[in-house]
Amino acid sequence: MSPSTPSALDLATSVRSGERTAIDIVEESLAAIEALNPKLRAFLKVDGNGARQRAEELDAARQAGETLGPLAGVPIALKDNLCTRGLETTCGSRILEGYRPPYDATVVERLRGAGAVIVGKTNLDEFAMGSSTENSAFGPTSNPWDASRVPGGSSGGSAAAVAAGLVPVALGSDTGGSIRQPASLCGVVGLKPSYGRISRFGLVAFGSSLDQIGPLTSTVAEAAALFSVLAGPDPRDGTCDERPAPDSLAALEKRDVSRLRIGVPRAAFGAGVEASVTAACRASLDALSARGARLIDLDLDWSDLAIPTYYLVATSEASSNLARYDGVRYGSRAAGHEDLIGMITASRGAGFGPEVKRRILLGTYALSAGYYDAYYRKATQARALMGRQFAAAFEQVDVIATPTSPTPAFPIGEKSEDPLQMYLCDVFSVPANLVGLPGLSVPCGASADGLPIGLQLMARRFDETTLLQAGACLEDARPEPLGLPPIHRLAKGGAR
Amino acid sequence: MSWECVIGLEVHVQLRTKTKLFCGCRTTFGASPNSQTCPVCAGHPGVLPVLNRGAVDLALRAGLALDCSMASVTKFDRKNYFYADLPKGYQISQFDLPINGPGHLDIVTESGPRRIGITRAHLEEDAGKLIHADASGVSHVDLNRAGTPLLEIVSDPDLRQPEEAFAYLKTLKQVLQYLDVSDCNMEEGSLRCDANVSVRPMGQEALGTKTEIKNLNSFKNVQKALEYERARQIEALESGGTIRQETRLWDDAASRTRVMRVKEGADDYRYFPEPDVPPLTIASERIERLRADLPELPVQVRARLARDYSLGEYEVEVLADSRALVTFYESVVSHGGSPKEAINWVLNDVRRLLNEGDGRLEELKLSSESLAGLLKLVASDRVSTQAARKAFEQMASSGRSAEEVVQELGLEQISDRGALSDQVAAVVAAQAKIVEQYRGGKVKALDALMGMVMRETRGKANPQLVRELLVEQLGEPG
Repeated sequence: MSPSTPSALDLATSVRSGERTAIDIVEESLAAIEALNPKLRAFLKVDGNGARQRAEELDAARQAGETLGPLAGVPIALKDNLCTRGLETTCGSRILEGYRPPYDATVVERLRGAGAVIVGKTNLDEFAMGSSTENSAFGPTSNPWDASRVPGGSSGGSAAAVAAGLVPVALGSDTGGSIRQPASLCGVVGLKPSYGRISRFGLVAFGSSLDQIGPLTSTVAEAAALFSVLAGPDPRDGTCDERPAPDSLAALEKRDVSRLRIGVPRAAFGAGVEASVTAACRASLDALSARGARLIDLDLDWSDLAIPTYYLVATSEASSNLARYDGVRYGSRAAGHEDLIGMITASRGAGFGPEVKRRILLGTYALSAGYYDAYYRKATQARALMGRQFAAAFEQVDVIATPTSPTPAFPIGEKSEDPLQMYLCDVFSVPANLVGLPGLSVPCGASADGLPIGLQLMARRFDETTLLQAGACLEDARPEPLGLPPIHRLAKGGAR
Repeated sequence: MSWECVIGLEVHVQLRTKTKLFCGCRTTFGASPNSQTCPVCAGHPGVLPVLNRGAVDLALRAGLALDCSMASVTKFDRKNYFYADLPKGYQISQFDLPINGPGHLDIVTESGPRRIGITRAHLEEDAGKLIHADASGVSHVDLNRAGTPLLEIVSDPDLRQPEEAFAYLKTLKQVLQYLDVSDCNMEEGSLRCDANVSVRPMGQEALGTKTEIKNLNSFKNVQKALEYERARQIEALESGGTIRQETRLWDDAASRTRVMRVKEGADDYRYFPEPDVPPLTIASERIERLRADLPELPVQVRARLARDYSLGEYEVEVLADSRALVTFYESVVSHGGSPKEAINWVLNDVRRLLNEGDGRLEELKLSSESLAGLLKLVASDRVSTQAARKAFEQMASSGRSAEEVVQELGLEQISDRGALSDQVAAVVAAQAKIVEQYRGGKVKALDALMGMVMRETRGKANPQLVRELLVEQLGEPG
């Protein structure tokens, strides 16, 4: 935990006990946002009034003797692809500018029910398509550790907001690494739960068979607490699993590093990974080993399959998921077109950015008659193959460790003209989505320039408990916390 | 050269669920535009479909009645295309694993019974409706229908005559109504039909180029359109022309088909498995439970009507056309109406009421029990057949019982021998001249005397009894 940011758990405890008021905590968060957001551009929308009103309701409820939820008074930021009733939800796209959903996402209801206070909506790559948050129609977000660098993506706004201490916790979504990679690049914890663990109802779809919502936090314990609030069956999502949410926070107490078998795929620490990343990840694994964990080398190598498979599945599903943005019912509509197809074409042409268009075209092509067998069907088969490979690996190990991202945060603009380079950022993160496994990124060190580096852990499907326990063991073992990001130190002085 | 016509039909029926296929919105017909919509069926960002299990059961029920092979695993697929009435930009349908596989439907044609193959019967959601109403040129979108569950029943190209297509549709509709899976109301769009038709020289194996006909709003029009199209295609081929693969619209006013659009290669709907709806495993117990619940089908009901009520072939055919009418008829009989009398009233009077109204039995104020009551009054001579017709109208408009209506309108006939005897005697005494004519051999004079007695009793006398009494008092003519 960064010392400037009190843990969400401590905040909730203090609000429940009456030691602090929710409104006081929310005002602090809003003040920090006001001071830092102009530089970071982590938030697209701040809902000060809504947050204050909610905080006052919570304080009144406590006064009236009600028992508050586990996240009482905790300010939280939501990635702007999570629907919030009446609060603009843009997905970082012009095509949804001004769109106010008529309903709340299931996770939004659950957060409110647990006492969390939503302070605003964070920036993202348009429709969550990207690894740097540069694809937002509303401009890029900066990395709090170096404002000239990207925060990662697509949940870059949420990762930056947590890293800079604007909010203790945030939600993101992860289709191919969009929680874990920005968590890694911003030095925070990011959890992508198993596919089917958390209801997707209200998450604007990108790749429906890959998308999952998850928390970005400073500590593994906070991630576990949020996970328990968010997970569990939902009658509004037919792909949501029936099993109830485990109490992962309580399970953290039972972690035992000496029983942990960590699989280490040789290929993940070889070519294509920056030396500083390999070094930091290796060091943290050695630290775990020193505390009794067993490291087991694995021959698991998905480097040839993962990226092509992912970009076929994700773009195919996206091409269909994004068909509803036609300017007919909501969102922006291009003016001056007499016929229907002209209007739809012009609205989509003006409303979508280049990366979204690229992916829609790729997906449309992959699904076309005559190409389906060569692309989409092949990808489905590759996915099944990867599933079998992981299942075999998990017969010997409890978790599998890789770098989260091959590099630390890169400069804004460096890869934006080279989509293939950008896609390669996802090599370690996409397998968890393709196979439906839970994945966790935990800060494990820093580059020579002081840029955060994350270690990714993956576990069996629906075994988030083991995954989070392993993450907590890593926190115990890693050399030292990263401390405050520079932007925070600078702006904090200025704001006071 | 003689030509053979090859016809295949695609029938969409709306399943009778209370709620839509993937959300909780109602499916009531005729509600004000967009009043039966929610973020899910309106295709808002972030929503997800959740399958209506009731629709699955109805689809399986239809599949069982059509002897379809049942998939143990079925799945949904997305059919992608852009249109203003399609909120998500794709329709959730079924592509390669339909819930109902091959089956068949037996029909009776003029040339005898025929078995028509069913290719598949799959579940899908309906689209919304575009309304091009006002003069401003603006189109409106009504999404009430979007997401309504449909069963698309595709026939094999087994039909050879337009009248066979008519018989197929009539039989299919009857089966589906008996199953209570759809009300099959073409006017409300709960049954829609597209026809594929081609011709080929008699004896040729290979199929000719087909055209698809849409906008068919009645079974009669399906037949007429097919007749037109068959003639058009034969004429084109005989004059050395070719048939273009195209979609044609039936123009009812002009009684002809017109080109709607030309198909240049197959449409590419980019089907792929719907990731939001998990594949559905259908347990054999579920199928067996549904099979055990299957109601009597038309073939079985017809046999029973003939056997149990000694109805004639024509009566059975007309009555069995509507399952609801059969139920009504059987209820009249079970409440004491005689089968023979009841069939006349049901086929003539009740059906007339239905034709005058909106055709729904449940909308009638007349109950089967009250009709049975009326028939009993007639059978016991308390009401004449003529008075019963009057009573029937009143019962149908007021919903009151036969007893009440007969009392109120004073329709009960006088069958009291003593009282009528006095009336008859009085007329006989007063009409010496006519009596004379009768006795002189003019038999017709009796009718005049009867008329007078009836007038005296304001038509309430039992005519049978009056005649009897007159003959008794006058003695034999001549």
